[in-house]
Amino acid sequence: MVTYLFILFATLAIAAALAMVLNRSTVNSALFLVLNMLSIAGIYLLLKAQFLAVVQVLVYAGAIMVLFLFVIMLLNVEDEEAVLDKINFRYIISVILGVVVLSYLLYIAGSMADALPPVAEDMAQVGTVEAIGDELFSTYILPLEITAILLTAAVVGAIMMAQHKFK
Amino acid sequence: MESISQLLHFFPLIIVTIGSLVVMMVDAFSKDTAKLYYLSVFFLIAALAASISDVFGPAGEAFYGMAVYGGTSAMGGVIVLLGTLFVVLLCKEYLTAIKHHVGEVYSLILFCTVGMLVLVTANDLVTLFLGVETMSIALYVLAGLIKRDKAGAEAALKYFLLGAFATGFFLYGIALLYGAAGSTQLTAIAEVTDGGLIYWGGLAMLLVGIFFKISAVPFHMWTPDVYQGAPTLITAYMATASKAAVIVALIILLGRAFPDIHSDWAEVFQVIAVLTMILGNVIALVQDNMKRMLAYSSIAHVGYIMVGLVAGTAAGYSGVMYYLFAYTIMNVGAFGVVAYYERQKGLDFTNMENYGGLGYKQPMFGVAMSIFMFSLAGIPPFAGFIGKYQVFAAAVYEGYIGLVLVGVITSVIGVYYYIRVLVYLYMREPESDTVFQQPGMVYKTAILVLAIMTIYFGIQPGALSEIFTQGFEQLQIMAATGR
Repeated sequence: MVTYLFILFATLAIAAALAMVLNRSTVNSALFLVLNMLSIAGIYLLLKAQFLAVVQVLVYAGAIMVLFLFVIMLLNVEDEEAVLDKINFRYIISVILGVVVLSYLLYIAGSMADALPPVAEDMAQVGTVEAIGDELFSTYILPLEITAILLTAAVVGAIMMAQHKFK
Repeated sequence: MESISQLLHFFPLIIVTIGSLVVMMVDAFSKDTAKLYYLSVFFLIAALAASISDVFGPAGEAFYGMAVYGGTSAMGGVIVLLGTLFVVLLCKEYLTAIKHHVGEVYSLILFCTVGMLVLVTANDLVTLFLGVETMSIALYVLAGLIKRDKAGAEAALKYFLLGAFATGFFLYGIALLYGAAGSTQLTAIAEVTDGGLIYWGGLAMLLVGIFFKISAVPFHMWTPDVYQGAPTLITAYMATASKAAVIVALIILLGRAFPDIHSDWAEVFQVIAVLTMILGNVIALVQDNMKRMLAYSSIAHVGYIMVGLVAGTAAGYSGVMYYLFAYTIMNVGAFGVVAYYERQKGLDFTNMENYGGLGYKQPMFGVAMSIFMFSLAGIPPFAGFIGKYQVFAAAVYEGYIGLVLVGVITSVIGVYYYIRVLVYLYMREPESDTVFQQPGMVYKTAILVLAIMTIYFGIQPGALSEIFTQGFEQLQIMAATGR
């Protein structure tokens, strides 16, 4: 079951990534990026990294993608109106069917090679929120503080770039 | 609680961090930008004093092995802070002259310095990465300071896009090395000496990321455009402090994580050093723009520095440290003089053709420029010569004769374009009768101090290079016992 899900998510992630790069419309690209991120969140879940999976959905697929879409729409990229016209259901269904068939084929190949060992019990403990918090505020305390400075610098820089009007 | 006592070893970093936040907050509530300038200078001098005292202090690991202190790290901190201090001292007058004297510049420079200080203390790939990024993000913004200038905007965008691309390589390298070694700590990585493709691939990608930051050929493409487009003193900052920080981090990385595979990476470094020296020097020959010429010259200097890294001995590494020190003072000085000429009205004073007779208009700056140019060319008795001598001597001692031969030949080629500046300064007729603004007292004094340091450390290198050698040996002993 795990192997099957992994292959489904992996194929979906790669297909979405390809579609994102190859697509002409920026909005479609952004939506494919969402799909890519969601499937990667699925892979994290299979690896028993619950925290990472939740953060992936909340931060990447949620917050960052909303920002992406906002910027795309604010900038008024040319192809924008074409989004709805271009959706061809036959095309979408064929892509989904293709993904399913491909992942089934890969599943057969994968189950023969015994590609995915089960996640060890102690590894599953690492992915919990408690374990991450513990590490973050002991071993990784210095990197954590530096990250704070990094983000402050980025915010100050962004404000400076946006705000000042020089004569 | 252990962490709190360890903080005592990181005073320079703490002072600059607090300084950057204070400057940021004061900027938000005060309209007086000059105040920020004095505050920044105060914090930088305090941090410099703290890091000089660290040089003579103990060395060790701290924060669960995330950082090292003392030895090479402390000396790297001194070089970085010295470069930053002089850039900030010169900055005020230059930025006021080009009407871009805004408070955020100071807090960004200090944030950037925090990143550099993290870099020189990094003992873990995670800290290394965060240091590089903190430094780079502040530099991307500073490079694009002059927004109405198309070249400036181009420079910032180019730097940002290519820098982000290089960051991708850097991160992927870290991920692969983590896969090979099971840890991101440098001493843990040193225990693995051949982890197959994943190990070598990780090392290669990590080095690509670092080579980009120090603009070694073939990862140098961004350098001339960015150095030309950015405000001149920010260019000086990028060329000296940021390069010095990354190279010190590279020394710690090579010395602590990859000492046992020296013969492997030295081969790659040799090829890149040869390419960097030849390309940097040859292309610099035909540049008319001063900033572009200095950009190619900085590429060439990275080539010489890599000769010292190839040697891989304590002598080689301490030679590189000396080189970085000399390079920082003379290059900040050279850019300082260029920035002074540049702000005069009338002609485009970044173009070398317009330098005719300038040596007589401001005699002090003419003489200072001559000293910096001779030193950059590596002519005794200036500091640049001693640095070059030390890296070449270390490489010859280890038997890399061919490499040093290329180095010597390319430095002879390099003399041409440095002396060319002096020919314009003293032997050509002036292009226009522009009346030069008098430089401020601080500006003049800073350039003078840099010139005197360039001469002093060329004549008296002994004490300083001894400290550099000791520092690296301390680091090595620590690496041996730290495992």
